[in-house]
Amino acid sequence: MAVPSPTIEILRPPAERMRSVAEIAARHSGDVDREGRFPQEAVDALKAERLMSVMVPKRFGGEGLSLLETAELCTILGQACGSTAMIYAMHQIKASSLVSHGGSSPWHAGFMRDLVDEQYLLASATTEGGIGGDLRNSICAVHVADGRFTLEKDATVISYGLYADAILVTCRRAPDAQSSDQSMVVVKRGDYTLDKTTGWDTLGMRGTCSEGFRLVSAGDAAQIFPQPFSEIAAQSMLSASHILWGAVWFGIAADAVARAQAYVRAAARKQPGSLPPGALRLAEVVAMLQDMKASVVAGVVRYEAAMNRPDALSSMGFAAEMNNLKITTSQRAAQIVTHAMLITGLSGYKNDTPFSVGRHLRDVTSAAIMISNDRILSNTSNLLLVSRFDTSLVN
Amino acid sequence: MRDRIRKLIAERKVVAVDVDTLSDTSDLYEAGLSSFASIQFMLALEDEFDIEFPERMLTRKTFASIEAIDRSIAELIGEQV
Repeated sequence: MAVPSPTIEILRPPAERMRSVAEIAARHSGDVDREGRFPQEAVDALKAERLMSVMVPKRFGGEGLSLLETAELCTILGQACGSTAMIYAMHQIKASSLVSHGGSSPWHAGFMRDLVDEQYLLASATTEGGIGGDLRNSICAVHVADGRFTLEKDATVISYGLYADAILVTCRRAPDAQSSDQSMVVVKRGDYTLDKTTGWDTLGMRGTCSEGFRLVSAGDAAQIFPQPFSEIAAQSMLSASHILWGAVWFGIAADAVARAQAYVRAAARKQPGSLPPGALRLAEVVAMLQDMKASVVAGVVRYEAAMNRPDALSSMGFAAEMNNLKITTSQRAAQIVTHAMLITGLSGYKNDTPFSVGRHLRDVTSAAIMISNDRILSNTSNLLLVSRFDTSLVN
Repeated sequence: MRDRIRKLIAERKVVAVDVDTLSDTSDLYEAGLSSFASIQFMLALEDEFDIEFPERMLTRKTFASIEAIDRSIAELIGEQV
């Protein structure tokens, strides 16, 4: 379905458009969560508001938004529906790889223009049977012959795979390449078939529909990114993932705190002249939320300092700091929502009150396991054998 | 110095292929150098040459080939003299 393409001039500011989408996402978030279904209404609205291509540079027809501006959009949506926001963040992480690495390749530049015109939803296939979540290793390999490629992958997770318009797939560079010598390939709807292998009946993030598939694809060899995946992973995926995920979790946590505050204010109005029991905890949780916000913003500042410098983006110090951002924000989000539940009490625990935070709590529990924090800590502990933490306050 | 680097690569099984099949400019990451192995390898190099890699050298490029490693170590040893 092609989305009508108005000129950029008549588009409202991105944050305003996202607030309109957030209203729709919020209206359906309960049903999406209960049924474990794809948030079609909200994703349709994202496409209609032309929010899929905001990061695409203006020279390719996009709006050229920065990572910080995009993170803000994820936070707005995260306050309405965790699943929809995570889908949007995952899409933008893929878009950031295209933006960072696709500009010099005619096929990928053309694909970015198509992304603007058609408002594609991009998915990712990194996880693989036999490898798990270790995205820097692949078993499957891309085969190239006569300018065409074929690629099959036992992709044990492709979030919203059935609903995507294109999938960015990691694989070994060639059948004789080592497992860490990887490429990334853009496969468009029509280039691939998906055979479902596993379902997605989960505790939280139920709307991301992160099912497993056997992916079989073929296409033009030009669809393979010219750069090795190691560069893409280090220079765009790592920072975009941890910053945009952090922005989503911040949004979820912020909404839980807003509900806790509304609860305390309602209690205060009923008992004028005295502090309600949850008021002290509210002050405490707001401090935690502010701390989480500082972590995300500091991550963006660190990224912007390294941006456009491949050496800085590929450095161990940078990788360690992005890893730490993920650890901190994932843990903080869960603590904050748990705290909000203590404040809201039974009203928060129940699923049908204005103060309910059950969905928030279940959604943020995914944060510690989407790329397991243990895997990230183990990676960082390895980096710290040689890299030293930058002790300056402003770097 | 390149021979000592090669010997370390072989001893520590840093890459997935026989070190003799690699030229000085071969891409070690393509030869199977993983991020975990690269750090273990750096520690071995620091020990072997009695050096410490500064933060600015801790990038993929520094360890991309035997030639690149040789250049970095030469620079560090030069700084010490």
